[in-house]
Amino acid sequence: MTTADPASSPGWPAAPAAVAEVRSPLSDGEWHRLHPLTPLMKGGLFLVVVIGIVVTNLRDRLIGMFVPGMEGEYEYSGDPIDFIVANDLLLVAALVVLAVLLVLLALFWVSWRFHTFRITGDDVEVRSGVLFRTHRRAPLDRVQGVNLTRPMIARILGMAKLEVVGAGLDANVKLEYLSTSNAEAVRGDILRLASGRQLAEGRGEVAGSARGRAAAAVSAGITGLIEGAEGADEHPASVVRLPPGRLIGAQLLSGSTIWLILLVAGVIVGSVIGTPWLLFSIVPALIGFGAYWFRQITRSLRYSIAPTPAGVRITFGLFTTITETLPPGRIHAVEIAQPLLWRRLGWFRIRVNRLSGRSATDTSSQQFADVLPVGTRADVERVLRLILPGLPEEAWPDVLDRGILGPAAGDPYSNTPRRARVFRPLSWRRNGFLLTPDALLLRSGVLRRALVVLPLARLQSIRLAQGPLDRALDVANITGHTVLGQVSGSLGILDRAAAARLWTDAAAGVIAASSRDHSHRWGAALAEPAFLAAPEPEPLSVPPVAATPPVATTPAAPVPPAVPPATPGPVS
Amino acid sequence: MTTSPDQPIPASDSPTRTDAPVAEPAASVAEVPAPRGEDEVLDAATYSSIPEPRSENRLPLGDGTWHQISRKYIVVQVISHGGFLALVIAAAVVLGLVLDQAWVWVPAGIVAAVTLATLVVLPRQARSIGYQLRADDLVFRRGILWQRMVAVPYGRMQLVDITHGPLDRGFGIAQLKLVTAAAATGVTIPGLTQAAAERLRDTLIDVAETRRTGL
Repeated sequence: MTTADPASSPGWPAAPAAVAEVRSPLSDGEWHRLHPLTPLMKGGLFLVVVIGIVVTNLRDRLIGMFVPGMEGEYEYSGDPIDFIVANDLLLVAALVVLAVLLVLLALFWVSWRFHTFRITGDDVEVRSGVLFRTHRRAPLDRVQGVNLTRPMIARILGMAKLEVVGAGLDANVKLEYLSTSNAEAVRGDILRLASGRQLAEGRGEVAGSARGRAAAAVSAGITGLIEGAEGADEHPASVVRLPPGRLIGAQLLSGSTIWLILLVAGVIVGSVIGTPWLLFSIVPALIGFGAYWFRQITRSLRYSIAPTPAGVRITFGLFTTITETLPPGRIHAVEIAQPLLWRRLGWFRIRVNRLSGRSATDTSSQQFADVLPVGTRADVERVLRLILPGLPEEAWPDVLDRGILGPAAGDPYSNTPRRARVFRPLSWRRNGFLLTPDALLLRSGVLRRALVVLPLARLQSIRLAQGPLDRALDVANITGHTVLGQVSGSLGILDRAAAARLWTDAAAGVIAASSRDHSHRWGAALAEPAFLAAPEPEPLSVPPVAATPPVATTPAAPVPPAVPPATPGPVS
Repeated sequence: MTTSPDQPIPASDSPTRTDAPVAEPAASVAEVPAPRGEDEVLDAATYSSIPEPRSENRLPLGDGTWHQISRKYIVVQVISHGGFLALVIAAAVVLGLVLDQAWVWVPAGIVAAVTLATLVVLPRQARSIGYQLRADDLVFRRGILWQRMVAVPYGRMQLVDITHGPLDRGFGIAQLKLVTAAAATGVTIPGLTQAAAERLRDTLIDVAETRRTGL
């Protein structure tokens, strides 16, 4: 990793605020460059395509060159290569090729040199482009998460992509590529700075000088030596273990399988009635489904979910490994669902709504929505306790026992009234809601059981609606609006009076819950206990420079640390 | 609303959250009180009552002060819908009579019928639009047959948008849109007078500033 010399960025102001704590030399508020192999990774694909085109076009010539006897089958009239050979221009041609390669290399190099990033106490910034300069700055207190993506080839070269997820469409700041260790260090720094924790060490005036950099590197090393916690954070034990068999089974029992069976049945019927040749059309369908299943299964393999001080860390993917870190309070809605075919096996899926910084049409948005692709009830409990740390202990039975599984005696949920069961002929006993001081629970579905948990501190608005048919049956519909995602927060056909009361109470609850919530600077409330628990070393005795004023902490700020679940460690 | 805890608080300078189930955080800064009750700018030349369905099972209107939209809104809507209707009829007449295209009567008839139906319900629809500025959130309601009420906490507003087209400008009305992090919130208040729209925007921004929360 090359460190940018300060002279290379004239016209740019010095780092606005020295970073409170230096963990890695990359986040010291100075401009840094990305991994030197970045152009190879980015331009590599393009080069491979070009080489592929060239090779396919020269295939016959290459075969002819190495396999005697094949020559002369084709006439190369007007072929540039023949022309070159005939006119003894081989040297010129080689020089031209070399020059093109050098120019390409120089362009890549220049674009790499102009692509810099810096991490200050308040934001992450990326500058890129040579002719058209772009400069993107993302404020750290709006960070929704940090994703570390390691595609197969990059992993072999020890590189990784870092994506700082912002709140908005296409609002992500991407650092492609960094070496894996640097990426992990930068991720830790960003999350720590975003958490609002003000830690011991400041850089002072030495920032930028060679001595300062060396001191920073040394101090980072010492910090690492003394703490050792960083290493432990990097690979925390997963609280859920997904056997590949369960993953494959879950995929096979999903809705797409039903479509495949219908398709095959249709083709067989068609071939019996019509022509037997129709049977061959199964082959491409099977190949297509196979590829789909393979993709679905491989990207869920190696799944792990674990608590870290900076939030929940979810890792998945066999070939391209993605590690997401979700700080507390970034989850806007949670859905625990059980498709019909999974019921006998007792499996559930957990999906969330969160700001992924991508557009809604992005194919990977579903992937980022699945927090638990398939799990047993015990897994569900562990994952939910991780992603909903703010829920008090007494609310859990309502979620886990009475919410996910059907209504039982003494059901606290307000369900669809009997008079309106025509609208919910199967599920009217289950279709209901429960409002707690922290969350709105929406329970629905009998064939496909689902429970939606909407944390009130994240709810954007609430709608109460009633159409003419609803009015005839004295019912109403309620919708909790959250950020865009796969989880819908609406529940229909509720008793009108109950729904109206829910609407008022939830509106008040949202205000109360959001005034209690301080998770946008989740570490600020934790700073003091964290100090007491594990004193931070202070290798440099420079007084700390306050980078960001800590957010006023309320005494009763309900931002608990990522609580380890009841039974930590891998469990089957 | 019948069950609403949002009782009008007479002569209360700092609105207390009577509806909050938990104690208020002591650290809350001096909050800008949202305007309550009658307001000479917001309620200038607006409708004065919200029509409701006759059924007893309707959604309750509640007891707060509903601000309504300007009466000029309906004029603008009638002009624009009427213009569209005239255009459709003119195009149909030209195509059908002059160019002898008999098929044009079917689509033109459907479009004209839909526009006419819209024109008929428009006045009632416009009167059903209302908004309430409560202590900590804005409530927007519309619809008679299909009633909808949305509560948006002030702290959730990301931005407030005012738009007015050329026709709107001619009649001095504007449309105000509230944007939250949820695309579905969809609170668009049409037909405010320009002064009301600007005053509402300034009020909302002032009020939101003191109640700023995370996303």
